[in-house]
Amino acid sequence: MADSTPGGYGSEPGPRPAPGPYISAVTNRTTNLVIRGAMLFSVGVFLALVLNLLQVQRNVTLFPPDVISSIFSSAWWVPPCCGTASALIGLLYPCIDSRLGEPHRFKREWSSVMRCVAVFVGINHASAKVDFANNVQLSLTLAALSVGLWWSFDRSRSGFSLGVVIALLATLATQLLVYNGVFQYTSPDFLYIRSWLPCIFFAGVITMGNIGRQLALLTVMLIS
Amino acid sequence: MTLRERLRQKISAAFYHHGLLCASYPVPIILFTSASILTCCYPLLRLPLPGTGPVEFTTAVRGYASPSHNPLGDPVERPDWYRGPPVAYIQQVLVKAAVSPWGSNLLPVDAFRPPLGQVFTLLEEIRNHVHSDSSGVQSLEHLCLQVTDLLPGLRRMQTVLPEHGCLLVSPGNYWQNQQELFDSDPDLLKTVQKHEPKGLHTSATLRDLLFGVPGKHTGVSHYSKKRVVTYTITIALSTYDAGFLGSLRARLKQLHPSANCSLGEEHMVHVHFKEEIGIAELIPLVTTYIILFAYIYFSTRKIDMVKSKWGLALAAVVTVLSSLLMSVGLCTLFGLTPTLNGGEIFPYLVVVIGLENVLVLTKSVVSTPVDLEVKLRIAQGLSNESWSIMKNMATELCIILIGYFTLVPAIQEFCLFAVVGLVSDFFLQMFFFTTVLSIDIRRMELADLNRRLPAEAGLPPPKPGPLRPREAPPPPRPSPHTITLQTPAFRNLRLPKRLRVVYFLARTRLAQRIIMVGTVIWIGILVYTDPAGLRTYLAAQPPHLGGMAPVFPGGDPAKALSVLPAREATPLPENQSQRHLAPGRVQEQPRGPPAATQVPWGAEDEEGWRRLSFRHWPSLFSYYNITLAKRYISILPVIPVTLHLGPQEAPETPRHPQDARLPPDPIPKFSSPDLQAADLTLYKVAALGLAAGVLLVLLLFCLYRVLCPRNYGQNGVSHGRRRRGDLPCDDYGYSPPVSEISPLLLRGHSMDIECLASDGMLLASCCLAGQIRVWDAQTGDCLTVIPNHKLRRSSSSGCWEQRGGRDPCVGGDSASEDEGGGFPFRRHAPPLRPPLFTDQPDLTPLIDTNFDSRLPPSSVHAAPPRGAAFDYGGLVERAYTEHEPPSPAAYPSPSYSSSPPTAGFANCRRSPVEAPDRGFACGPPPAAEWEGSVWAMELRGNLIAAGRSSGKLQLWDAVEGSLRCSNEEGASGITALAFLNNRIVAARLDGSLDFFTVELNKPPGLLQYRGAPGRGSMPPSPCYSSDDLISCQLTRSVLCAHQKPITVLRAAAGRVVTGSQDHTVRVYRLDDSCCLFTLQGHSGAITAIYIDETMVLASGGQDGAICLWDVLTGSRVSHVYGHRGDVTSLVCTNTCVISSGLDDLICIWDRSTGIKLYSIQQEVGCGDSLGVISDSLLVTGGQGCVSFWDLNFGDLLQTVYLGQTSDGQGVRQLLVLDNAAIVCDFGSELSLVYVPSVLEKLD
Repeated sequence: MADSTPGGYGSEPGPRPAPGPYISAVTNRTTNLVIRGAMLFSVGVFLALVLNLLQVQRNVTLFPPDVISSIFSSAWWVPPCCGTASALIGLLYPCIDSRLGEPHRFKREWSSVMRCVAVFVGINHASAKVDFANNVQLSLTLAALSVGLWWSFDRSRSGFSLGVVIALLATLATQLLVYNGVFQYTSPDFLYIRSWLPCIFFAGVITMGNIGRQLALLTVMLIS
Repeated sequence: MTLRERLRQKISAAFYHHGLLCASYPVPIILFTSASILTCCYPLLRLPLPGTGPVEFTTAVRGYASPSHNPLGDPVERPDWYRGPPVAYIQQVLVKAAVSPWGSNLLPVDAFRPPLGQVFTLLEEIRNHVHSDSSGVQSLEHLCLQVTDLLPGLRRMQTVLPEHGCLLVSPGNYWQNQQELFDSDPDLLKTVQKHEPKGLHTSATLRDLLFGVPGKHTGVSHYSKKRVVTYTITIALSTYDAGFLGSLRARLKQLHPSANCSLGEEHMVHVHFKEEIGIAELIPLVTTYIILFAYIYFSTRKIDMVKSKWGLALAAVVTVLSSLLMSVGLCTLFGLTPTLNGGEIFPYLVVVIGLENVLVLTKSVVSTPVDLEVKLRIAQGLSNESWSIMKNMATELCIILIGYFTLVPAIQEFCLFAVVGLVSDFFLQMFFFTTVLSIDIRRMELADLNRRLPAEAGLPPPKPGPLRPREAPPPPRPSPHTITLQTPAFRNLRLPKRLRVVYFLARTRLAQRIIMVGTVIWIGILVYTDPAGLRTYLAAQPPHLGGMAPVFPGGDPAKALSVLPAREATPLPENQSQRHLAPGRVQEQPRGPPAATQVPWGAEDEEGWRRLSFRHWPSLFSYYNITLAKRYISILPVIPVTLHLGPQEAPETPRHPQDARLPPDPIPKFSSPDLQAADLTLYKVAALGLAAGVLLVLLLFCLYRVLCPRNYGQNGVSHGRRRRGDLPCDDYGYSPPVSEISPLLLRGHSMDIECLASDGMLLASCCLAGQIRVWDAQTGDCLTVIPNHKLRRSSSSGCWEQRGGRDPCVGGDSASEDEGGGFPFRRHAPPLRPPLFTDQPDLTPLIDTNFDSRLPPSSVHAAPPRGAAFDYGGLVERAYTEHEPPSPAAYPSPSYSSSPPTAGFANCRRSPVEAPDRGFACGPPPAAEWEGSVWAMELRGNLIAAGRSSGKLQLWDAVEGSLRCSNEEGASGITALAFLNNRIVAARLDGSLDFFTVELNKPPGLLQYRGAPGRGSMPPSPCYSSDDLISCQLTRSVLCAHQKPITVLRAAAGRVVTGSQDHTVRVYRLDDSCCLFTLQGHSGAITAIYIDETMVLASGGQDGAICLWDVLTGSRVSHVYGHRGDVTSLVCTNTCVISSGLDDLICIWDRSTGIKLYSIQQEVGCGDSLGVISDSLLVTGGQGCVSFWDLNFGDLLQTVYLGQTSDGQGVRQLLVLDNAAIVCDFGSELSLVYVPSVLEKLD
């Protein structure tokens, strides 16, 4: 079971068999980068679709029969953008770690990554499903949850600062897009979206960074 | 000491004691925990099952008031959802209209056109009804539920559903509630059908919505026999005004009295709808669950170093799940009803609670010293992790507390659940999981103990019976070699445990049965608790029996009620508050003849909405974007309205001109009225469903046939009937790779076979009598016989040189040819020889021709070998004398009768060369004791190296049977030999080790390759030619290689490994005979060593231990105890190590981890020989038989009996040849067993 996944963390040191074409392809630096990027991209696209669906649900109580089309109700370029962004973030995090010379060692295992993703989806779920009294409350709750996510699964200063920077940039970019009319919120409540966005971005950055780091760790273990 | 440290110590001590407690009393604690889990989960029984329909609650109409939002101490048992006003009050006016008596001048369309036309009058009546009392004037406009736009996607329904006004639906909506449109409609049915959805539709259709009764009950059809049209006018009210409703009811009943109507008016039903999960909601839900499962998978994968990984993983999951259930149960118990969707928050709860503590606990306990007691290990492991566990828990509680102070109700509720879940999870971890862990650790230690003490407690005791099939006298066999297959019960024992579980599940189909039973129970519960289901039926049964016995709820109302006389048609009170309705119409009923069709009213009409789809109301409201999920509606008692239309009145209603020709000929259709009346789509659906069902069954059947073996559940039945020729096939359809095995017996030795050597193509055996025979490993023909000189001399008393003579071989061979017959020497040269000496010419063809010319074609069959030891010489002599007469001319030598001199010359020709430096005497030997018996023998190329008890090393030509050289430098007996490349290593009894080099002194001009006519296709393979001068040079002698006699000697991969009685293993390099390592680790004499080309070195000793060594570094890789007594044989495959011991046990170990995979208990005294044919096929020698085992499953594939009698000698030696044949000794015979299918696989 563990053997099927490429180099699970349980791979024991020892006489390693001669690398097959698959292993050599994985260990090749460029190919590896591409593979990781592709994986992160697909994860990002998937999460974007699912979370978009969650957000759509909040605003429409009952769905007309053509539900499936509502998955793609937002602009077509949003999921690819999310995917690209997540690929970039996921590659950026391990890169920065190695540049800073402080590899991330806190809870570096897949179960923790899965937990992190689950909490991220949960935060989205909560923001979509739970009725908050006002937007300040929503913002504060989401901020607390996001920081809690960082504390639970990351705890690195670089991760925090990068997350904050990217979240602010992304929020800014979204606002610019909205002001220019390229993109529109589906929600009638504009403030709701604005209070919701940065925290979700932050949590997403932390999550994608977590995944990216785990993937990079796998690579390191494979190569070594 | 700070407070923190003191706290830490306290916690640690507490955990220590707790661990001791848990490990000491596992069973009571598990019982206690299970009891508490069940207790805490008990309140969950009150929660509804998933999948049930809407929930109902009935209250009395009288004195009804809309329930408040906060019920305060209400003594009446009321459901939790019954709070606040409902979404709407549904008032239905149930109209039953009939044209009676039916006149012959009426068209079928008259059965429903006039009754439907009445709906507009009724509608107008309802709309205009005004009730005035003290509070003011109430009209329908004030009370009804005002709806706005339809949903954008429902534009096509705009014409039939009301918008911007009262939600009031009736069949009149089809015609926009306008009588004119209705009158001008040429085809009513077409209008109705126009709005029906195409294809299959499970939810409520528009027809159901507007008519308010199921389509088939409306009676709006050309073929309705009853001619009673039923429909409802459905009014949705936003507020409940008893006065208005009462007056409306009275008014309608007054206008259209229902004579025999006994519908109750006392109860209103509140229907609560569940949240419906659509695909859009399902996708995120599924995503979260996938993430959850990935989390659980990755978490449990970390559990390691325990006895049962899956058991512990299961325990961990059970811990988390039951803690969640406990938290829900506790919250329910204390009145905190969950308003959150359980399915949605459940994954997040699991993630928050997490499996981390469980894993940390496991890891900590596992990492404690193994030699401690289990109790102490658990206690130590607990106390080691106590601080971090407590810290984590405190942190999580803090985070949840922060979440609680967000003051968002949903988050607060989630936090509350999480807190309770965390606490109960902690409780379960401490009690349940720790105890399970202690049990697991104890089991592992027991297994360890079993391994350490040689006693095999885990295996069945060696007792006779079905478990020992080979010991029991075998059934009478028709042939000497019978394939026996053991009973499945026995074979299951050998399987790994998880496979056994899987097979058990497969055999008993436990999983399927459990699922089936569960489904049946679930469906049963659903059927019972369904509002329209069995319970209501059962509850409704007694009044039916009492009151109207013949009436059945689902029965035909017309039939049932026409029995009842409509006698009690009470005279109606005159209506007082009429405004515009023509009284004539109202008075029509008395005018009708009493014998006419009575409009039936039954109990089933009372709550006619029950017969509708349970999605009826949600879909109606959803058109206006009003969700009924988790809300309720109140359904008021129906107002019955009966309309009787006289036959003369029916044509009065404006008939559309096209009506007359619509049903062209109804009469023939009445011949099968039921068929016609039934909805045709029903048949379509039924046919489609039937087809789909048949297809599904076929598909499943095919799947079953593909996946499951044929004789799935018939244990052992087929074995009794199995005829010869049938392939043995076990319960699981697994046909062993060894299909047909027949041993080939090589007879010729007179005594038990002592040594066996093979190089893949040739086979050399040496019996106790000292006779060496060379066989062709392919065909089993005897090629050469080298008799012991001593015996030879005793008969012929000839010169010494004769012992190596060539011609005795001829005689001996022909004497023993009882199966090959003919000319064995033709085939003595196998096609492929191991290319050991590539530069050597092959001259054997010359020899062959020589032999053929000499050999008489008709060989004389010798007498069967006798059991006596030293009479072989006489036998040979007799064979010679028998041999002599037919072929005197073939032998040129006159002195042939005594011994062939040519051979002697051949040997003596060489002997002067060797004698001076080798100490080899061509002359007669002074005594017999320096020859000795053969103790060790090796075969390479066509050279046989024989080590004798006298310390002599002799090299024989395997083909010619001639002695090529001999070395007598050592005095001590050679106990073991290794022949690798051109080196021979001999271990002696005194512990010394001699390295010899075989050198060739090739005479020039003899460079020739084997390639006789007729065999030119054979590749030339090098061989020691008989003309080469072979010398055996002692290169090095390690005098004190071991302190005690060397017992085992193995050589491979350029290494020579020796094992001795002095408990050590030494590794020498073959090239320079330099001792590389002395491996110490055994506490007994070394009895078995295995080394192969991949440098795997395994050694087994008398202490029952097996050590795996790294040959490169000399370090011990693993050290396991597996046998009670000597390890007698060791074999390695790529993945595992197989050992057999004196305790008749075969153990299979994982090579990398040293963990015992399983062991096979053999019967007593079955020998110790092992061989591995391929990576998954193991051969063991037994008592007169060899057994083939599947290494992956520990499964006995076949037992091949070597002889007629089962009480034959045990197989002591077993060699696996390159061509997937095995050779084993069987008393004085050799047995050659081919494994054909494996051979094919290798090819």
